[in-house]
Amino acid sequence: MKYLNDVLVMKRMGSRLTFNKVWKAVFLLATSFALLSLIVLLFRIFSQGIGYLNIDFLTNFASRIPAKAGIKAALIGSLWLMAVVAPVSIILGVSTAIYLEEYAKKNKINDFIRMNIANLAGVPSIVFGLLGLTIFVRMMDLGKSILAAGFTMSLLILPVIIVAAQEAIRAVPNEQREASYGMGATKWQTIVRVVLPAAIPGILTGSILALSRAIGETAPLVVIGIPVILQFLPTGLLDSFTALPMQIFDWAKRPQEEFQYVAAAGIVVLMTVLVLMNSIAVIIRNKFQKRY
Amino acid sequence: MSQSVQSMIAASRNKKSKKIIEKLVPVALFLAAALSVLTTFGIIFTLIFETFEFFTRISITDYIFGKEWLPFSGKEPLYGVLPLILGTFKVTMIAVLVAVPFGLGAAIYLSEYASDKARRIIKPILEVLAGVPTIVYGFFALTFVTPLLQEIIPALKIFNALSPGIVVGIMILPMIVSMSEDAMSSVPNSLREGALGLGSTKFEVAVKVVLPAALSGIIASIVLAVSRAIGETMIVSLAGGSTPTFDFGFTNSIQTMTAYIVQVSTGDAGYGTTIYYSIYAVGFTLFIFTLAMNLLAQYISKRFREEY
Repeated sequence: MKYLNDVLVMKRMGSRLTFNKVWKAVFLLATSFALLSLIVLLFRIFSQGIGYLNIDFLTNFASRIPAKAGIKAALIGSLWLMAVVAPVSIILGVSTAIYLEEYAKKNKINDFIRMNIANLAGVPSIVFGLLGLTIFVRMMDLGKSILAAGFTMSLLILPVIIVAAQEAIRAVPNEQREASYGMGATKWQTIVRVVLPAAIPGILTGSILALSRAIGETAPLVVIGIPVILQFLPTGLLDSFTALPMQIFDWAKRPQEEFQYVAAAGIVVLMTVLVLMNSIAVIIRNKFQKRY
Repeated sequence: MSQSVQSMIAASRNKKSKKIIEKLVPVALFLAAALSVLTTFGIIFTLIFETFEFFTRISITDYIFGKEWLPFSGKEPLYGVLPLILGTFKVTMIAVLVAVPFGLGAAIYLSEYASDKARRIIKPILEVLAGVPTIVYGFFALTFVTPLLQEIIPALKIFNALSPGIVVGIMILPMIVSMSEDAMSSVPNSLREGALGLGSTKFEVAVKVVLPAALSGIIASIVLAVSRAIGETMIVSLAGGSTPTFDFGFTNSIQTMTAYIVQVSTGDAGYGTTIYYSIYAVGFTLFIFTLAMNLLAQYISKRFREEY
């Protein structure tokens, strides 16, 4: 016996089913728009930049002549910047996350700290630049140095690291803490020897992703006013420096068409650094992340 | 063994160094946590302090209601912030018009139609799109999107509102997709099954059941994306231009609040000049806009959340 009459169903639902199909195609199209724009963007920049990319480009200093322009000072400068941002932001971020997850009682002060971190994450990066300009460059008199820019960037990515570390610490099951207490360990011993080792892959992955945001961030550096044409490498944390996005910004602004290709080559270098950092993050996530 | 276990435990408990560490560590960690609060205060005090200095030179009503922003005209500089706000507003509007339809479409596709396999491929690609630095988007807008649009709209200037608007839209797209998709995925399957059991098509389930149930999350994602678009700096600096005007066209050069701060920072306005203080006033204005958006997003997702 047949309960459903296909012809009748089609007659009644036909238009609705076609409607469903049409909209599915529309939604798929919307998704492809995002993917397509990424492909176009990458293809465009690589095809523009690849011609200018060679060893000379990596080892030359900036120049007013496009053919001689290189990215050495910016690349090394970005590495110096990371040497400040990574320790400062990770130590502060992980400490905050440990406090919030392991120590903080539910009271108004701690609720305020949590709310504050959520709001800090939404502050535009250029406003952090203004903070850095006033506090680090002028009040603390660090000048337009690696340290001033590094502190500013650290504060900028701090909320991202805190949230990532909080999630990693929260994912460590309570049984492990209880087992540690049961063996007579104190709270701090439990945190250092049980919780943190279990949470480190998650913390590292989140931190690397946050650092890769810092390495591509331009606006705070512009506001702090770091220079772009440098003919020397920094030798200490109080030296002036330039960074990859800053250098790219300067090239992109120049009216000569040739500098556009130089800028594209600079972007290829920046994107390569980002891809490297992200691959490390993915490898750590896949290899060391435990599921409980 | 000469010592009993109990006495060993007692001895270990009484170790002074251990006790001190246990007491000091929470304090040290609290200080680290307090630093994030200090950052917020730092931002607010910096902005208020320097903005106050600005308002001792320029009247506050001239700033808020002034329709001309000409800080560099030597004789009689004018500081009316409305053209900058309008520039930001135009770019944000165009960005929203691009990002919301495409973002919602993609979110519905990913949450309601796509297979697990497709989702596993598409979502990381969107994450890559979200990780592209804004300076790269800015370069893309200036050297690719603008010339492309000029083919279609010949009246379009090299610097305009349309091209950075579209590219800012592409930039905030992944944010809307991933947050809206999260909101839709957390709608319980029993609701979908109920609707499907009554004879709904997938489209009807998506639009009449899932979308309303996830609405608070979706709207919050859009509001947050708007906040990001308002604060976006490099795309508008590179492709938007530096001519603040008070009109509603989108083919001419504009200037946003963020782009003005960049223009002054890259120029040679010295410390202590009115122009120097004006970037703090503009930054403060920008901060108020984004803060309002962020608080609104938090309010929406808290107040209107449907719990299942």
